[in-house]
Amino acid sequence: MLCQECGKRPATLHFTKIIGGEKTEFHICESCAREKGDMIPGTPNGFSIHNLLSGLLNFESAGGAKPTPPPRCENCGLTYSQFSKLGRFGCSSCYTYFADRLDPLFRRVHGNTVHVGKVPKRTGGLLKYKRELESMKRELQLRIEREEFEAAAQLRDRIRELERNLNEA
Amino acid sequence: MNERFFREALSDWMKGGGPEPDIVISSRVRIARNIRSHPFPLLATNQQAREVQDLVRQVVAADGQQQLGEYEFLSLDQLSDLQKRVLVEKHLISPALANESRGGAVILSANEAVSIMVNEEDHLRIQCLKPGFQLKETWELANRIDDWFESRLEYAYDEKKGYLTSCPTNVGTGIRASVMMHLPALVITQQMNRILNAITQVGLAVRGIYGEGSEATGNLFQVSNQITLGQTEEEIIDNLHNVTRQLMEHERAARHKLMQESRVRLLDRISRSYGILCHAAVIDSKEAAQRLSDVRLGVDLGLIQTVSPQMLNELTVVTQPGFLQMASGEKLTPEDRDIRRAEMIRQRLNPAR
Repeated sequence: MLCQECGKRPATLHFTKIIGGEKTEFHICESCAREKGDMIPGTPNGFSIHNLLSGLLNFESAGGAKPTPPPRCENCGLTYSQFSKLGRFGCSSCYTYFADRLDPLFRRVHGNTVHVGKVPKRTGGLLKYKRELESMKRELQLRIEREEFEAAAQLRDRIRELERNLNEA
Repeated sequence: MNERFFREALSDWMKGGGPEPDIVISSRVRIARNIRSHPFPLLATNQQAREVQDLVRQVVAADGQQQLGEYEFLSLDQLSDLQKRVLVEKHLISPALANESRGGAVILSANEAVSIMVNEEDHLRIQCLKPGFQLKETWELANRIDDWFESRLEYAYDEKKGYLTSCPTNVGTGIRASVMMHLPALVITQQMNRILNAITQVGLAVRGIYGEGSEATGNLFQVSNQITLGQTEEEIIDNLHNVTRQLMEHERAARHKLMQESRVRLLDRISRSYGILCHAAVIDSKEAAQRLSDVRLGVDLGLIQTVSPQMLNELTVVTQPGFLQMASGEKLTPEDRDIRRAEMIRQRLNPAR
């Protein structure tokens, strides 16, 4: 596809702008995007992260035949291909419906695929214990490797206690 | 509505100075959160966006006073375009909330250290600001406010992916921590490019002061974390804290070197900028920012004694287009703005004249 602005170079940025429910699609090359920076939502001049993301998200078309039709979020109706153009999810269920395809993206963006940070107190009481347990087990391993057996023994006892509490809960 | 938000350039929190004020202007932590039951603002209907605003309004009405002290809940549709622009220039709301949101609102604490955006890219964007280098304290404040909302709203959260956000770049902790730094000596000694490369390799990003896509004017840089998934909040804050410390050391070393090796040239540059600001009749925003940066460096190095850092912070904000317009009370052409800008700077730098 050629750039809709200059009509010469191939379009490398594809994005959709939605303002007040009105949807406009753009297909432009990088140098026109740079010149026309103000047409990219949210940025007075320059690229927005979503435009760059869509470059990362379109990698499925790179090789071979497509095996299955791309999924759709049954909660909000967003399709995966819309997501890959917008660079944004429509609702929290998108994470579930697109789950199979997200880990490679997260790995590219964050270098990781699993959250290890804050756990909401209200919804995640048990999860909090599990997290603590995992981190204690990692530390136990470390202590054993360093031959710090006394500290390791203490840790082992605390882990047992925590596991007992978890089972009872 | 509290008119002070729009009239005064400096938020109360900016007046304090804070630690390491010669290099770190301010510390900021933003937390992105969403309510489980509602689609993200991108796809929400006007009705759904309205409901989210009402849910947040209820929480704040119940014990906002207790959590935030005095505060104001401003719905974006009650603000004029100019008022919105002023809030953007003060970093209290984002350009996206000002221009594109439906059902958008902002909750501002009276001292403007807390600003909570509703229906920006995510349902909630809790933003806390402190002067100088206070990342950890800023995170603690934001975390406390997050706990408060979390005890009253059902957040979108997943055991494996953490807090679910509209953009995949925020998933996990939903945290964006940043410091705004003045790094003129690193720019003068042409070390910035090398440093920017190194910073991006450790998962941090550097931007202009108005965030994504904006240019670094006046040697002001915003350094922030990029990674939000797979690191704990404390690791993210620590990482940024340590890199900021290193940047500060590099900047101080570069300033020291400049003073030792080219003191006269530096003094000349700073004095010329000061002279221009004191006497110019027309000045555009880019030149003003660059000259103000020189004067700030002069103040920090003790070469200029008559200007306070606070005054410079104020000038950085009041010379923005929205503020100029607000102060003059009429619509200004770009040429008018350059004249008004020069006038405002002259008035503040030569109060006796």
